[in-house]
Amino acid sequence: MHERDDDHPPTAGVLVYRQSGWTRVTHWLWAVSLFFLLLTGLQIFNAHPTLYVGDQSGFSFDNAVFSMSGENTPQGPAGYTTILGYRFDTTGVFGVSESRGQMIGRGFPAWATIPSHVDLATGRVIHFFFAWLLVGTLLIWFAASLANGHFRRDIVPNREDVRNLPKDIADHARLRFHHARDYSVLQKLAYASVLVVMLPLMILTGLAMSPGMNAAMPWLPEILGGRQTARTIHFVVMALLVGFFVVHMLMILAAGPFNEMRSIITGWYRTGSARHARSGEE
Amino acid sequence: MAFQLSRRRLLTGATAAGSSLALSGCDAFDGLTRNGSAVRSVLEQANSLTYRVQRMLLSSDALAQEFSESEIRQPQRPNGVTQPADALYRTMSAGGFADYRLTVKGLVEKPLTLTLAELQAVPARTQVTRHDCVEGWSCIAKWTGVPLAYVLDQARPKEAARFAVFQCFDTIAKSLSGEVKYYESIDLIDARHPQTILAYGLNGEALPVANGAPLRLRVERQLGYKMAKYVHTVELVESLDGYGGGKGGYWEDNGYDWFAGI
Repeated sequence: MHERDDDHPPTAGVLVYRQSGWTRVTHWLWAVSLFFLLLTGLQIFNAHPTLYVGDQSGFSFDNAVFSMSGENTPQGPAGYTTILGYRFDTTGVFGVSESRGQMIGRGFPAWATIPSHVDLATGRVIHFFFAWLLVGTLLIWFAASLANGHFRRDIVPNREDVRNLPKDIADHARLRFHHARDYSVLQKLAYASVLVVMLPLMILTGLAMSPGMNAAMPWLPEILGGRQTARTIHFVVMALLVGFFVVHMLMILAAGPFNEMRSIITGWYRTGSARHARSGEE
Repeated sequence: MAFQLSRRRLLTGATAAGSSLALSGCDAFDGLTRNGSAVRSVLEQANSLTYRVQRMLLSSDALAQEFSESEIRQPQRPNGVTQPADALYRTMSAGGFADYRLTVKGLVEKPLTLTLAELQAVPARTQVTRHDCVEGWSCIAKWTGVPLAYVLDQARPKEAARFAVFQCFDTIAKSLSGEVKYYESIDLIDARHPQTILAYGLNGEALPVANGAPLRLRVERQLGYKMAKYVHTVELVESLDGYGGGKGGYWEDNGYDWFAGI
């Protein structure tokens, strides 16, 4: 096992400059932004913890696809999560959870929201601040990455990547990582899905919920299937981003946390062997 | 000696701090963002940015989306106060709002007092729009009313007027200083917007009490809390300082953003 010790590979390669300052600064600003956007987003969701499809919310008809609710039962308060008509008992976590020593009805629990108590106004103030920060840094990152070649080289898979895809999947399944300067194809696809698909979709579905932007761009909620569908998509993509974050953390732990952290903080990354290093590229 | 902490108190303090950290992931930020704090006033700048950008992107009469009548699938969901208990309102309501008067005052050349019949006699506007509540839900309904721009034209706002403040009959909260009445305010761009109406009709009927009878505001490019119900006075002002907590509305005084186009 020690032969594959990822932090100190036996055939330690050279340190290469892997991440530009643009990438590193925007990465950390996104990390902070997404942390607050997620937890304030769950606060905002809690104000009406039901998701619908279409333009409006059905109160006299049923177009709900997801909801969290609480009920008083003979056994005490019970929390339920309903997904596409299937109801799950989620007492203690979703629907009903403990807050300041009491079981109360709320969608997501106090430990998962900012502020911890029910406060939609503050949740919105924080959410929109970090939404602007995310939009700003994403635009800066796109401009810098198109200019310095990061986007073309590290995000868009090339022909060789496509050929390597089956092998890369097999390698990842065995937790065998190649410490090269260049990203593997799965890495490229993961980052591309976040940066080119999920975050832009988050911003568009967010804008589609704004009544002001609806007047400026009525086509936006329309192509997304209506304002309430946009809200539902916003929630689903949130869950996908949380999924990405979990995998991202696991991969860092599996691939060698010291080397990975050094790379995203200082830019310098130790390659697995001299063969893999392409230090001349930056 | 006064500053010496007993070991016992130190331990109690450390335990309390430790357990509060362990118990609560997210209340670490609760104090920082309290209404009126310095951190919050920085965060609130994002809303000023949203306001300015939306005012830049939207032409002043860009219309909110309108729907066909077939998309009205349910009664308009009422929210907030749905049955004002205020004596004056109850008396008026019992009399079918025959004694109702809308007052238009403040920075206007010609203050007005209008009956419901007078408001209903001028050219009305009817629109099927989607009501978006700050809580996240939406509801489509048909609203009929007099364009606010028409009323303002009759009253002729003075040069200095910047906001329209709407004062309402309903008591939304009780505070130490007495009853707090609902109020709201919008800028004159929204006040003059073609879809901004003082509505007296809902889905082809007279506006029900639960939805704000006899007269409520519709500001279709903003969220529901801007659309004051039970309106009795429209006042044109230069600054929002003199009203309530000075933030331009009941919910704004409680931490919600004044501009609710998002």
